[in-house]
Amino acid sequence: MAIKVRIPTPLRSLTNGVDMLEAAGADVQSVLTEVCARFSGMEKRLFKEPGELNRFVNIYVNDEDIRFLENLKTPVKDGDDLSIVPAIAGG
Amino acid sequence: MSYVLGLKCRECGQTYPEKGVHVCETCFGPLEVQYDYPAMRGKVTRQSIASGPHNLWRYRDLLPINGEPKSGHHSGMTPLKRAKNLEKVLGVRELYIKDDSANYPTWSYKERVVSVAITKAIELGYDTVGCASTGNLANSVAAHAAEAGLRAFVMIPHDLEQGKVFGSLIFNPTMVRIEGNYDDVNRLCSEIADKYRWAIVNVNLRPFYTEGAKTFGFEIAEQLGWKLPRHTICPTAGGTILPKIYKAYREFIDLNLVADNQPRIYSAQAAGCNPVVEAIIAGRDLIKPQKPRTIAKSIAIGNPADGYYVVQAVKQSGGWAADATDVEIVEAIKLLARTEGTWTEPAGGTTLAATIKLIESGRIPRDESICVCITGNGLKTVEVVVDQLEPPASIPPRLEAFDRLMAGGVAIVAAPAPV
Repeated sequence: MAIKVRIPTPLRSLTNGVDMLEAAGADVQSVLTEVCARFSGMEKRLFKEPGELNRFVNIYVNDEDIRFLENLKTPVKDGDDLSIVPAIAGG
Repeated sequence: MSYVLGLKCRECGQTYPEKGVHVCETCFGPLEVQYDYPAMRGKVTRQSIASGPHNLWRYRDLLPINGEPKSGHHSGMTPLKRAKNLEKVLGVRELYIKDDSANYPTWSYKERVVSVAITKAIELGYDTVGCASTGNLANSVAAHAAEAGLRAFVMIPHDLEQGKVFGSLIFNPTMVRIEGNYDDVNRLCSEIADKYRWAIVNVNLRPFYTEGAKTFGFEIAEQLGWKLPRHTICPTAGGTILPKIYKAYREFIDLNLVADNQPRIYSAQAAGCNPVVEAIIAGRDLIKPQKPRTIAKSIAIGNPADGYYVVQAVKQSGGWAADATDVEIVEAIKLLARTEGTWTEPAGGTTLAATIKLIESGRIPRDESICVCITGNGLKTVEVVVDQLEPPASIPPRLEAFDRLMAGGVAIVAAPAPV
């Protein structure tokens, strides 16, 4: 299953500038595991420890924050959009 | 001369030169401006500040700019009022209102962060600025950009109050209404900042922008006669201002400009969007995001980026938190207006309502100094009080009609048209 993964600017130094890639997986964790396996250094940026995202990493599936879904266990299907978005200030 | 050393990640300590970057490339943590505090000793004094201009740039030694200010020459130095009437109503000894409903040019605390961000945008060579906003920030960015001759793109949720919408449009920015809540706008702006080379003030200029919020705290201290209030109550939305007021207090203490009275700081949120208050009361560091449901739209941020730092500042200071329902918010807006002549928006109503709860629950002692932070102006949010106020009587232009009215003999003829 191909999930589209959006890579934000601060992580593009790891992906040779690529801002969108495809990865496979049945849930958010497995997609991110594949992304981390492909790019060295990615795991340290996304995860504080296995199964726990860094505090300032927000993950969206399509338009929904995964914390409103099932966090890392949120299921994904072919064609879904997964965005990695850093937190930003209020307004 | 500038005391800025560079940027440093608040989480992992990685350092960066000054540039339009907002998150740590190593851990995604927010970046914080670093200053050469030892070099300030003996140079940044009460006298050096007091001899500065009558605007927020009197604190420029503690702000992250290198050249001359390019914006905000009339912003800041808003009233700090002793609230004698409210003291009587609430049964407290010493209460102050720091009133940014009077902040020029668009009547909110946002002038502070925007003055710094616009100056920094020009220093860094940008010709276009933007923001994700619940209204007040958009107003401020649009106005300051117009004056500075920059292009402005402001992004807001689709359902804002009219005053907030037209309060931006009049300055002729490009405004985009996003079909979603602020957190959706925020996320989109993060992606826009990635793609376009613009200075989005609360995204890629965030480290500089947030420093401007310190001037709210600096002014409280200076206007109180170089003293700190013992208790400061501040609204929380994205979490910028509260930790920065606390930082301002700590900087003044460390520079020996004020005595350390162990100031405590308290977070106020609407009950319909209270992820930070909930975390503080539950004793958690983790913020659980929410879908906001409140009339306090300017603070309806369900996924506060700096919420964690609000929790830390509140805990470190020994403060606490409280929330307020929409009904309590409107009652507090009316109370502040009727006792002190200050008309604030729902964010201010939230802060006063939370203050009342903190006093009544004994968290804030009645005999110590208290400062309530009012961050926005009620004229922009007329909608929330329009059904709450007694409509005026309407009479023919004759003295006997007025006499009858005074005698209680004239009914209200017509209600005014809705705003």
